[in-house]
Amino acid sequence: MGGFENFFAHYNYVATIVLMVAGLYIVIARGNMIKKLIGLMLFQTSVYLLYIAPGKIIGGTPPILDANFTIYSNPLPHVLILTAIVVGVATIALGLAIVSRIHEAYGTIEEDEIIARDDQE
Amino acid sequence: MNAVTAQLPALQVVIPLLGAIIAAFLRRGTLAWAWAALITALTPVIAFAQLHQVWTNDTISYRMGGWPPPIGIEYRVDLLNAFVLLLVSLVSTIMMPYARRSVAHEIDGDKQAWFYCMYLLGLAGLLGITITGDAFNAFVFLEISSLSTYVMIAMGRDRRALVASYQYLIIGTIGATLYVIGVGLLYLVTGSLNFADIGTRLAEASAAYPRPVLAGLAFLFVGISLKLALFPLHVWLPNAYAYAPSFATAFLAATATKVAIYLLLRIVFSVYGVAIDLNTLPVSTVLYPLSIAAMFIASILAVYETNLKRMLAYSSVAQIGYITLGIALMNQAGLTGSVVHLFNHALIKGALFLALGAIVYRAGTIKLDDLGGIGRTMPLTFAAFVFAGMSLMGVPGTAGFISKYYLIVGALDAGLWPIAFLIVASSLIALVYIGRAVEVAYFRPIASAPANAKDPPLMMLVPILVLTFASIYFGIDTELSAGVASRVAETLLGGLK
Amino acid sequence: MLAFAPESLVIAALTIPLIGALLIPLFHSAPNARESVTLATAGALTFTVWSLLPHVLAGARPAAIDIAVVPGLNIAFSVEPLGMLFALIAATLWLVTSVYAIGYMRGNDEPRQTSFYVCFAVALWATMGIAFAKNLFTLFIFYEILTLSTYPLVAHKANGEAIRAGRIYLLILIGTSMVLLLPAIAWTWVLAGTLDFTSGGILNGKTTPFALCALLALFAFGIGKAALMPLHFWLPAAMVAPTPVSALLHAVAVVKAGVFTILKVVVYIFGIETLAYAGSGTWLVYAAGFTVIAASLVALRQDNLKARLAYSTVSQLSYVILAAAILTPISAVGAAMHIAAHAVSKITLFFAAGAIYTAAHKTEISELAGIGRRMPCTMGAFAIGAISMIGLPPTAGFLGKWFMLSGAMQTGQWLPVAIIVVSTLLNAAYFLPIVYTAFFEREPAAHAVGAEAAHEHGEAPLPIVIALIFTAAATIGLFLFPEVPHALAKLMVGG
Repeated sequence: MGGFENFFAHYNYVATIVLMVAGLYIVIARGNMIKKLIGLMLFQTSVYLLYIAPGKIIGGTPPILDANFTIYSNPLPHVLILTAIVVGVATIALGLAIVSRIHEAYGTIEEDEIIARDDQE
Repeated sequence: MNAVTAQLPALQVVIPLLGAIIAAFLRRGTLAWAWAALITALTPVIAFAQLHQVWTNDTISYRMGGWPPPIGIEYRVDLLNAFVLLLVSLVSTIMMPYARRSVAHEIDGDKQAWFYCMYLLGLAGLLGITITGDAFNAFVFLEISSLSTYVMIAMGRDRRALVASYQYLIIGTIGATLYVIGVGLLYLVTGSLNFADIGTRLAEASAAYPRPVLAGLAFLFVGISLKLALFPLHVWLPNAYAYAPSFATAFLAATATKVAIYLLLRIVFSVYGVAIDLNTLPVSTVLYPLSIAAMFIASILAVYETNLKRMLAYSSVAQIGYITLGIALMNQAGLTGSVVHLFNHALIKGALFLALGAIVYRAGTIKLDDLGGIGRTMPLTFAAFVFAGMSLMGVPGTAGFISKYYLIVGALDAGLWPIAFLIVASSLIALVYIGRAVEVAYFRPIASAPANAKDPPLMMLVPILVLTFASIYFGIDTELSAGVASRVAETLLGGLK
Repeated sequence: MLAFAPESLVIAALTIPLIGALLIPLFHSAPNARESVTLATAGALTFTVWSLLPHVLAGARPAAIDIAVVPGLNIAFSVEPLGMLFALIAATLWLVTSVYAIGYMRGNDEPRQTSFYVCFAVALWATMGIAFAKNLFTLFIFYEILTLSTYPLVAHKANGEAIRAGRIYLLILIGTSMVLLLPAIAWTWVLAGTLDFTSGGILNGKTTPFALCALLALFAFGIGKAALMPLHFWLPAAMVAPTPVSALLHAVAVVKAGVFTILKVVVYIFGIETLAYAGSGTWLVYAAGFTVIAASLVALRQDNLKARLAYSTVSQLSYVILAAAILTPISAVGAAMHIAAHAVSKITLFFAAGAIYTAAHKTEISELAGIGRRMPCTMGAFAIGAISMIGLPPTAGFLGKWFMLSGAMQTGQWLPVAIIVVSTLLNAAYFLPIVYTAFFEREPAAHAVGAEAAHEHGEAPLPIVIALIFTAAATIGLFLFPEVPHALAKLMVGG
């Protein structure tokens, strides 16, 4: 199999990597604390894709026992990712709560301004 | 009786987890504290029973919900995690009496119950990471402990606590996500999430898909290293420790990084080590330079730090370097040193941070320059600081010496005598930063902040003294520390391919 | 007299100073009771240690306590002749110094006297631990305790100079012991599989002469308390401490712990024959010889009395190392004798320096003109100490040098002989002028130095004078009756 076909045969991984790197880039490059959290979400979402995509088997049915079907999709990744989504939501919620507290305390959510204000003290 | 004994692994996590929920509904701070103390006190009993069982019999395997592994989640207790469970639960229990005054002093009355709720959640998370035999379950517990930790840090008095918490949240989440990616890659190639099961299947999988297996190790390694603050991934730690409430700092310093190190040991030795020759993996190659950099650079940063909490935080980064150095050595003495330092450092840092918390409680500051003469106004507290500090330096006759001794012998056994020198040379830097605090505390005229300070009430003083005593005592009687650690090392190394 | 089992005497010697250290703070507000505790503790310790002597002379090696910390590292004690000698010196002189310290601390109105006496007792406890240690690990523990417990004594004055001196003290002593001594101990453990002090050594045939040489270097420089140049400068720095500290700790307990450790390592870890056969100790003769001469030359140029004494100590310590490095049994006897001789003589000199400071508030040699006429007892004792330092009969200093020279000549090592002869001349050159100035120069007229310096004074307070007369007498007594140290030293080398 050539590199080109290889690339398309694994397009789900390509999408995962693009999302992952984009998310990480936002976290690193942005000073706005909300934007950083958005980047973090993107980063986490890429992982959901990484788990779910291989669980789907082409031609497979939902994993319900039935005599007519023998090929099932793997249900386990879905269950895992359900948990991961809950964890992710909780993390982002907590992150947003902290950012709003930071806004109350500093009057800004720009990281460099906050650092400047702390240094003034 | 037997019915209870059989459920111990589940109870170990479920008790603090449910306890946390109940704590949230107790509106009064003192009541929540009493509840948290009671729940905490149950955990070492369970941990000790399990350690006893593992020591005399064999590994405990518990099927959560009755589902057999690898489909179901398995709680698996062997000597290594029984030891870590005991350490975490015991240190927390010793610290609990201290919490009431310190938390009441630093956190508003209506929020104290929330604090104890978060503390119990954190404890449940840490115990969960340690006890579970399932890689994804470990991630969930990792996030439970992390989320509660972010909240605890954000409850610090200074507004910088919020920023510290936010930064830790970002870095911690990245770390946890990298860990899940690593687990995902392992799942893709082995089809299993159970640590032991992955271990048995990994050899075959690695032959078929060498690259994802290696990439998985890299993701797991970096993810966990962020959590355990391996240099240079430690940047979140100093601020988090410095601005968190004093009790939270002591709790985290003594337990959180230790559990992350446990997870690293588990991944490296029980998952990868049993399947692949570790010498072909770049674990030591990466750990040697980073550990040594941590030992020196972080120690030197500690020397220049005037905020005592930040000073000890940098010192923690350096001490983690010793632990990872022992892992890098991968021989009996080195690994024993690593595991025993896990134990000793938890006691030492616990004692030191509790002492600092007492200084915050009485003198209201931890800026070194404002603390002239504190050794004379708070004699017992600062004496504890000095003795725990000696143990940190590794003065012979203290627990810290035992760790250093094993590491040195490990380095000599590996034929790496320059590393033996680096170990002793870097512990000299600890002499400098502890000595600097001692000079200010005893030989400067009494400053205004400590002038009216005195030793804290007994409820706070006793935990400090107990941990200090332990950090000396385990330098003389090492059966529980080095004795167990050396058997742990034996088991870990014995399982290697 | 009640006869105690020697084992229980060992335990007693190891607990009495610690009990004293715990009791002293209880009498914080009652100085007289507090000093009584110190004296009682020192007296009890001295009695205990002397009661041990007959047993050891009779050939017993009483052992006590054996705790395995980790496999191979035991905290264990056993009394052998050299340790017995060291313990005798330290305990007896502690009693004398306690008397002296009471006069000195009160006479100079020093602050924080309670913590001073506590640290002193802990330091003596550590000294006993060093003396009676059965293996290197135990010795190492107490070696570090000794450093840590004397640090507060060095920094006692709490001014900038004292704090700086304290830093140097800690950094050099802890630094050398951690960076050099600890690896040396670990290396020994890896090579020999034991750390017990054993007659004839434990390293025979275990490694190459070159490795022995490196190991010896780690030990010689790692034992920073022995003040081998260039790691000697903590000792002059430590002189900011109150004089009783300089006298007992920095002329006897701490520095002797250093050379004692070196001697023990050479005799019981390496083994004299192993080293002599491998030729790995030759360089130590040069290093020690250099220190002997160089420190004497520096001492010549010191005007501060305590600084000159400190450099003299550096030089004298290296005599012991030199004697050990000659590697003959008879020179090892000389080394042990010199430990005893130097202890009583140097403590006399420091006592005298402290007496001068207490009575006349003078610290510089150039200020001492004519002081011998105001303080005849003090300066008389000083003269005896100085003669002993030079090594002339009828003082103790003569004996140590005699044995060292015999050992060196026996094996035809002419370099050590030359070093000893030259340094004797240098000793004379820096001690005799002090005695001359004190007795034969005229005291300057009052207006020449200002009214303050020339105030009227006589001898120092009585406890001080008693103590220094005692040690001066001991300096001569040891020459006339050298049986005890000599017998112990000969037992050490198995003669």
